[in-house]
Amino acid sequence: MFKILEKEYFSEKVVRLVVDAPEVAKARKPGHFVIVRCGEGGERIPLTIADADTTRGSITLVIQAVGESTQKICALNPGDTLTDLVGPLGRATAISKHDDGAVVCCGGGVGVAPLLPIIKAMKAAGNRVVSVLAARTKDLIILEDEVRRHSDEVIIMTDDGSYGRKGLVTAGVEEVIQREKVAEVVTIGPAVMMKFVALLTKKYEVPTICSLNTIMVDGTGMCGACRVTVGGKMRFVCVDGPEFDAHQVDFDEMMTRMRAYDNK
Amino acid sequence: MNTNDMNHTDDNFRDSKWREELRAAMPAKERTAIPRVVMPQLPADYRITCNEEVNQGLSAEQAVLEATRCLDCPDPQCIQGCPVGIDIPGFIKNIQRGRISEAARVLKRTSALPAVCGRVCPQEKQCESRCIYNKMKKEPVAIGYLERYAADTDRIERAEKGTPSDKPSCPSNGIRVAVAGSGPAGLSFAGDMARRGFSVDVFEALHEIGGVLKYGIPEFRLPNAVVDAELDSLRAMGVRFHKDTVIGKTLSYDDLLNEGFKAVFVASGAGLPRFMGIPGENLTGVMSSNEYLTRINLMGAGRPGSDTPVMKGHHVAVIGGGNTAMDSVRTARRMGAERAMIIYRRSEAEMPARVEEVHHAKEEGVEFLTLCNPVEYLADEKGRVCAMRVQRMELGEPDASGRRSPVPIEGAIDEIKVDEVIVSVGVSPNPLIPDSIDGLEVSRRGTIEVNEDMRSSIPTIFAGGDIVRGGATVILAMGDGRKAAAGVAAKLLSEAK
Repeated sequence: MFKILEKEYFSEKVVRLVVDAPEVAKARKPGHFVIVRCGEGGERIPLTIADADTTRGSITLVIQAVGESTQKICALNPGDTLTDLVGPLGRATAISKHDDGAVVCCGGGVGVAPLLPIIKAMKAAGNRVVSVLAARTKDLIILEDEVRRHSDEVIIMTDDGSYGRKGLVTAGVEEVIQREKVAEVVTIGPAVMMKFVALLTKKYEVPTICSLNTIMVDGTGMCGACRVTVGGKMRFVCVDGPEFDAHQVDFDEMMTRMRAYDNK
Repeated sequence: MNTNDMNHTDDNFRDSKWREELRAAMPAKERTAIPRVVMPQLPADYRITCNEEVNQGLSAEQAVLEATRCLDCPDPQCIQGCPVGIDIPGFIKNIQRGRISEAARVLKRTSALPAVCGRVCPQEKQCESRCIYNKMKKEPVAIGYLERYAADTDRIERAEKGTPSDKPSCPSNGIRVAVAGSGPAGLSFAGDMARRGFSVDVFEALHEIGGVLKYGIPEFRLPNAVVDAELDSLRAMGVRFHKDTVIGKTLSYDDLLNEGFKAVFVASGAGLPRFMGIPGENLTGVMSSNEYLTRINLMGAGRPGSDTPVMKGHHVAVIGGGNTAMDSVRTARRMGAERAMIIYRRSEAEMPARVEEVHHAKEEGVEFLTLCNPVEYLADEKGRVCAMRVQRMELGEPDASGRRSPVPIEGAIDEIKVDEVIVSVGVSPNPLIPDSIDGLEVSRRGTIEVNEDMRSSIPTIFAGGDIVRGGATVILAMGDGRKAAAGVAAKLLSEAK
């Protein structure tokens, strides 16, 4: 059993949980994810690790309540437990020092949570980091302070203009690409957002990494539910990913597959 | 065969007095006149409405009569046919004399999971294929049914009487060994090592112990309660199980060494499902048998109280002819499919599935579309699979496997209406551990390379089961676990001296 140590509401539907998981905290690197299960009949849900504290032996997860299972997890309080937690899974982010330009980290919605450890690592590696955070509205912008602490510059975009600038994440990314040399873009967020970031950066020929959050069952390379087409080949998000070259990912196919269990 | 390494002081030898008396009690001619027992089973129309075990098990009278058929041969070939070398006449003759717990003890000496093997082993290709009865053109002794009978009866009697499971007779040597994976290979290794006095920790990635016995094989063929009972007897022997732990991820090989483990047995099993690479395979409604069976067997999808969803197709096509394909198609019938089809590119004679599974599937109304090879899946407007195109085949010359290879009949392409497709054409080894250990030699297919003792290129790492074989049966995996245990024990005990 994995105890909830802290809970914070980022918004009505977005919760940050700090969970006691010493072995995972020790082994995890940016980009890794865990599978959690809440209750004996619970689904296995993949969640990217947002942070870890090896001294305390804890990891941080940010969860958006979208379905029954994520609602259950979001309803947990400090002292409650997750029935199961396994990880760290997936391949860690390849962090490199770019001397030929900035790294743009763009996150949408709760995608900012898994992006944060990458921002930190990119900064720690000596990169100039420009972070672009996007959400529908002001209340849904999360982790802004932490992102600011580890970025050289932060651009905020909201669909309704209630905070930062009005517009889509792509507008923020394009502005950076047009004004300075960008060596790499990292994007994490809703599939449709990553698709349009990828289309944009492909136009400018900027290498782009995306982190995919497909449906998974076991998450350990067994079920194949997470398969995606990358560069025309079948790849498995749980063991080959979760990060891929965004220019090679078939996002349309992925989005159709992610709707497989809608209205069921 | 090879039971001398397990210390036993019992009286189960062929020349034991009681065995001689049993042989003398009835002439062979009379024994061989007894017809082979028929396994009592649930009626097909009932069993497709539930998940209850199809085979109901033998009654005591049936078991004793069947055990009487066994001639207790002087050179029993059946033992040669068993991958773990069970003393088959030894346990069967104990059933005949009514000593069921003794029969179970003989089984447990070589097999950690007799109640499992009695249900899922392909006996018709192993022990039973070597039975002397075959030479007499008679049906072989039902060794598998008897194995199950002994294991089940012993388990039930122990539970009723509150008899504790047997403890290892070997004193503890304090040497720690780790096992990655709790499927048949890992469990067999764990049992053998615990019996030898080693301190055994088994690490499992999933939230349930048992590997393929839990996530793969359905309840109607192998009830989870049977697996749990076998796990309990391993626990009673001192084996510790740790779920939610991925070796190579949660704990590295170095972590295990630092924690004091002297050897690691990698039994991480099958991994990535194979697909055929044909158009439409990524449509929604097309999935691997691993996904389908895991959702239903491990996650309980479709049962009250489970949050995990599963598609319930009306017209379900299962691609493949192996046991996993049979498990999937029979599950689909139980999930309410009106039409559940096996699509297989060869003919029924070449099917790798057990004869019993094919027979049960047919009884349950499964259609067999043999000599049919899928070439494309078609989608509706929502991107869901709605039909498939199959190429009709005919049998040509035998291929490398000795099976006649199928060749397409030109122009013979049919379209079949389907709303769910389950692809069951094999798996690749799980890449997690091979990827995480530097210097571990891996074949081009991704399997861990081992020598005859199941030892890998790293002297303290042994491996067995599907991670070495690529895809095999429960009993072959158990045989690997057993062989590896002998290898690890020999190595560690010689070092400890």
